[in-house]
Amino acid sequence: MPPAQSGSTDATDAPGSRVRARDIFLAFSQISLSGFGGVLFWSRYVLVERRRWLTEQEFVETLAMAQMLPGPNVFNLSLMFGYRHAGWAGLSAAIVGFLGWPFLIVIGIGLLYFRYQHLALVQHGLSGMSAAAVGLLIANAVKMASVLPRRWRPWLFALLAFVGVGALRWPLVGVLGVLAPLGVAAAWRERR
Amino acid sequence: MDRADALALFLHFLMLSSMAIGGTHTVMPDMYRYVVDVHQWITGKQFADAYALAQAAPGPNVMYVTLIGWQVGGWIGALATTLALVVPSSVVAIVFVRLSARNPSAPLGRAIRSGLAPIAIGLTFSSAWVLVRSVNHDWHGYALTALAFAIVMRTRINPLLLLGGGALAGVAGLV
Repeated sequence: MPPAQSGSTDATDAPGSRVRARDIFLAFSQISLSGFGGVLFWSRYVLVERRRWLTEQEFVETLAMAQMLPGPNVFNLSLMFGYRHAGWAGLSAAIVGFLGWPFLIVIGIGLLYFRYQHLALVQHGLSGMSAAAVGLLIANAVKMASVLPRRWRPWLFALLAFVGVGALRWPLVGVLGVLAPLGVAAAWRERR
Repeated sequence: MDRADALALFLHFLMLSSMAIGGTHTVMPDMYRYVVDVHQWITGKQFADAYALAQAAPGPNVMYVTLIGWQVGGWIGALATTLALVVPSSVVAIVFVRLSARNPSAPLGRAIRSGLAPIAIGLTFSSAWVLVRSVNHDWHGYALTALAFAIVMRTRINPLLLLGGGALAGVAGLV
């Protein structure tokens, strides 16, 4: 892939280092193939801890935007990452890596399940794996929280989002509709 | 399913995923209404099974959408519902990256990013909270969750080993 022309408006001018589309495909394949019980843990683990393409702060900020926009959160994050770091090739690599394998696997599992769904062994193994997967997700949230500044306001917004969506199970759209403008306004006032 | 049905399925799911702020869970009730109640392409049990299977399979949990399409109309149905996910997210990613690339250090952009970051963290805790309660039914499950949490916080072990260990503990009847 040729380097970006200076002065072009192509996304390849975007900040953030260039990453080869092939590596994006491999990274998102790894993320989706490891993602038993959810992929959020693995996207942070691969992008921040293993490949070091994003800092903790960049990951949290990209995820925050991905959550605000329509579509599955981590999928949005993957496509933003792919397009920002390698243009159209990166976008395609992220789509195929992230959805291609699971597309085939989930249909294969569907075929198997309707034949073997009654096996107790299968049920027990799945419930043990899910219990461990939740532990990974909690660790993820704790590590992400390390980027929050040690002031009360960001922690208050994190707590309100948790109470509204997690504890009270209010609809996400309503909670975001209130918290997001307030959070941005607070950050705007604190910017100096 | 014929081509007109596949197109209708695609267009309806396209509309839903364009509105699915915060993930497809928010529009799942309408997916159910459309394929189970209105068209009676699949049963409610099939819908629920598709959801549970996608949680257990590797990959994003949203793959239940693919499995629903597959149950409705085979490969064509699976492609229709999956593509309906891809299109809006791609448009959103392209527009967002292009806009933010114009002036990445603009104060408003910075305020948006730092104002939303705490909310993203709170929502991640929310997912963990909802899952920890739906997955675990007794103290054995909670203990396994706590053990996996402690190990991944304190060591650099490959997390896949923890998932494998969890599955083995389940098969051994410990959870």
